[in-house]
Amino acid sequence: MSVLELSRWQFGITTVYHFIFVPLTLSLSYLVAGMQTAWLIRKDDVYLRMTKFFGKIFLINFAVGVVTGIVQEFQFGMNWSDYSRFVGNVFGAPLAMEALLTFFLESTFIGLWIFGWNKLSPRVHLATIWLTAIGTSLSAFFILAANSWMQHPVGYRVDPVTHRVVLTDIWAVLTNSTLLAAWPHVLFAAFMVAGAVLVAASAWHLARESHLGVFRRAMKLGLVVTLVAGIGAAVTGDVQARLMDSQQPMKMASAEALYNTSDAASFSLITVGSLNGSKELWSVRVPYLLSLIATLNPHGTVQGINNVERAYDKKYGPGSYKPVIPVTYWSFRLMAGFGSLAALLAAIGLWMTRARRIPRSRWFYRAALWGLPLPYLAIAMGWIFTEMGRQPWTVFGLLTTARSVSPGVAASSVIISLAVYTLLYAGLAAIAGWLTVRHVKKGAPAETAGTAEPRPVFQY
Amino acid sequence: MNLATFWFILIAILWSGYFVLEGFDFGVGILLPFLGRDDTERRVMINTIGPVWDGNEVWLLTAGGAMFAAFPLWYASLFSGFYLALLLILAALIVRGVCFEFRSKVDSPRWRAGWDRAIFAGSALPALLWGVAFANIVRGVPLNAEHVYTGNLLTLLNWYGLLGGLVTLSLFTLHGAIFLGLRTDGELRQRAQRATVRIALAAVSLAAVFLAVTQFSYGKPATDVTAAVAAVTLIGGAAAAARGREGWAFAGTAVTLVLAVATLFGDLYPNVLPSSTNAAYSLTVNNASSAHYTLVVMSWVAIIFTPIVLGYQAWTYWVFRKRLTRSDIVPPQAPSVTGPDAVEPVGGRP
Repeated sequence: MSVLELSRWQFGITTVYHFIFVPLTLSLSYLVAGMQTAWLIRKDDVYLRMTKFFGKIFLINFAVGVVTGIVQEFQFGMNWSDYSRFVGNVFGAPLAMEALLTFFLESTFIGLWIFGWNKLSPRVHLATIWLTAIGTSLSAFFILAANSWMQHPVGYRVDPVTHRVVLTDIWAVLTNSTLLAAWPHVLFAAFMVAGAVLVAASAWHLARESHLGVFRRAMKLGLVVTLVAGIGAAVTGDVQARLMDSQQPMKMASAEALYNTSDAASFSLITVGSLNGSKELWSVRVPYLLSLIATLNPHGTVQGINNVERAYDKKYGPGSYKPVIPVTYWSFRLMAGFGSLAALLAAIGLWMTRARRIPRSRWFYRAALWGLPLPYLAIAMGWIFTEMGRQPWTVFGLLTTARSVSPGVAASSVIISLAVYTLLYAGLAAIAGWLTVRHVKKGAPAETAGTAEPRPVFQY
Repeated sequence: MNLATFWFILIAILWSGYFVLEGFDFGVGILLPFLGRDDTERRVMINTIGPVWDGNEVWLLTAGGAMFAAFPLWYASLFSGFYLALLLILAALIVRGVCFEFRSKVDSPRWRAGWDRAIFAGSALPALLWGVAFANIVRGVPLNAEHVYTGNLLTLLNWYGLLGGLVTLSLFTLHGAIFLGLRTDGELRQRAQRATVRIALAAVSLAAVFLAVTQFSYGKPATDVTAAVAAVTLIGGAAAAARGREGWAFAGTAVTLVLAVATLFGDLYPNVLPSSTNAAYSLTVNNASSAHYTLVVMSWVAIIFTPIVLGYQAWTYWVFRKRLTRSDIVPPQAPSVTGPDAVEPVGGRP
C-alpha cells in the first residue's frame, strides 16, 4: 500500500474510533448536569445516585475521548502536511480556537467537578459540570467549523503566489451554512447515544428488579432522549441533504447511486447490483423520495453521477471525481436505517413503560440491550458517508486527497503508526468497555446516611 | 514588532506554560514507583495532580493549534518531520491519560501495579523526548528546498539532542519532586524533599552543560542573559528546596523552565526551524507564518481569552491548594459479595 492509502486508513480508523467516545461525552455531560440539578432542586437522593452512577460512565468514556483527541490534532501535521500547508491559514484558526476556548474549559472544569464535591459550594460545583458540558458542545462547534469548511469552503481566497488558501472572513467560516446544519445534527445524534446508554444500563437492572428507583427514572429519561434526539437528527439531516444537493451534488447522487440526472427521482431502500454499483439487478424503491429529500419537490431534478462528472471534468480538468459508490450508497442507508431503528425502539419502549409500568417481557430488555450499538453504528456510518462522499477531495473543489499527504513521511513510518494506533485503541476499547460493564452491573446503590465525615465522591 | 513575531512569542509562552505545568505532572509520574511505598501513598501522589493534569495537557494542544493557525508551514514540516518521535510521545500520552482514570477503577494489586508502570513510562518518555525535539529544533534539521524534512528518527538522536532530552527529564523530575513536597505532608513529603536534593545535583549539572553548549553554539547576547538567569534560578530553587522552602523552590524551577524555553526560542529567532542542509531552506518567522488577517483574528481571540483561561486555571490551583495526606484517601470498598443491592460507604468506589 502507498503512503496515501496507509494514511487514509489511519485517519479513517483513528477518527471513527475517536468518535465512538465523543458523542457520549457531548450528550451525557448535559444529562449528568441535569440529574445533579434535579438533585439540588428536589433534594431527592435518587437523583444523586443517578448523577454518580452515570457520572462514572461519563468519566471512563471522557478519558478515552480526550486521549484519542490529541492524535487528531497532531495527525494533520504528521500525515497530511501538504494539506496543512495549503489550508493552515483558514483551517488552523478554528482548531486553535477550539483548544483555547473549549479544551481548557472542559478539561479544567471536569477536574473541578471530579474532585470538587466537598471543596466547592453545591451551586458552584453544579456550575462546573454545566461548564464542562457547554465546553464539549462548543468544541464540537469549532471542529465542525473546520470540517464544514472542507465540505463547503467559504471566507477564503487562493493566494496567486503561494497557491495556498488565505482567510478573508472568519465570520463566514463560523457561520457556514454547512456548519449550522451539521452542528445540531451531530448533537442530536450524540444524544441518541446517551439515550441508548441510559436505556441499556437501566434495562439490565430493571430486568433483575434491582435499584428500581434509579433505573425506572433513567429508563424513562433514556427513552425520551433517544426518541426526541432521533427526530431531531432526522430533521437536521433532512436540512443537510438539501445543502448537500446544492453544495456537493456528487455526494447527493452517490448517496443514491443515481447515475443519470432524473426528475421525480425515487429512493431505493435496498438494492442488489454489481459490485461497483453501476448495474442494478433488484431493488425496493420509494417513488419521488430522493427528489423530495434533495429539493423538497417530488418532481425536482436530482443530478446524476455521470452528469456531475462531465461538469467537473470541464471545471477542474479531466479526471475522476466519483467517490466509491457502494460505500456512499450503503453507508447512507445504514446511517438512516440504524438511526430510525433506534428511534422506533425508543417509541415502542415509551409505550410499554407508560404510566410507570415496568414491562415483564424478556424481549423488551433484550431489545434495549441490543439496541445500544444502533446509534453508535449510525454515527460511524454518517461520518464514513460524509467523508468518503467528499472524495477525491479533502477540501471540496480546491485540494485532492492525493495532494494532501505528507511528502517526506516513509510508508514504513505510517505502517508503524497505523499498527500502534490500531493495537493501542483496541486495547483501550476493550478495557474501557469492560470497566463500564463492570460498573453498570454494580448498579447505583443507596448511600448510608450520616457516615463519618464527608468524602470526595470521586478520587483516583 | 510585527504580528508574526508576536505569535512566535505567544507560542513560546504556550510551550513554557506546558513545560511548567505538565512538567511537574511528568515528574510526579516518574517518581511514582520510587517515592510511593504503598498503594495509599501512590494514590496520594496521583491525586495531587488528579484535578489539574488534564487542563495542563491542554497547553500542548493549544501550542499545537496555535502553531497550525499562525505558522502552518512550521507545524507541517515539524510534525511530519518528527513523525516517529511524535508518535512515541502521543502513544505515551494516550496511555498515561487513561491510566489515572482506569487505575482507580479496580482494587487489585496486580491491576494497579500494571498501571503504575504505565504511568512511569508514559511520563518519562515524553519528558525525555520533548527535550530531544526542542534541542534539535535549535540545532537545525535537514530540510530540502520545499522545507520537507529529509532525515529520520536516528537523525534526531544526536548527542546534543539526547543531552537536551536528559535535561528536560531531570528538570521535570526535579520540578515534580518539589511539587510533591509542596502538596503532600508527613513521610511522603520528607521523602520527596530528600529526593529533591539528589535530583537537583543531576539537573543542575546537566542543565548547566546544555545551556553552556547551546549559548556557545547558537547563543546571542540577549539569550546569554536568560540562560544565566535560568541557571541562577535553578540553583536558587534547589537551594530553597534543600532548606525546606518548597514554595520558593517551586517558583525557582518554574522560572527556570520559562527562561530555558525563552533561551531556546530566542536563539532560534528569526528562524522557526533552521535547515542544516542549506540555510536558505530554513523556515523563518516570516516565510512560515499565516497571512495578516488570520494573525489579526487569532490575536484578538488570544488577547480576549487567554486571561480568562489563566484566571480559571489559577482558581483551580487555589481550590486544591491543601496538602494531601494518607487520611484524605478514601479506603477501597469491601469486595461486594452481597450482590447489586449491597450498601457501600459514602463516596465509595475510589
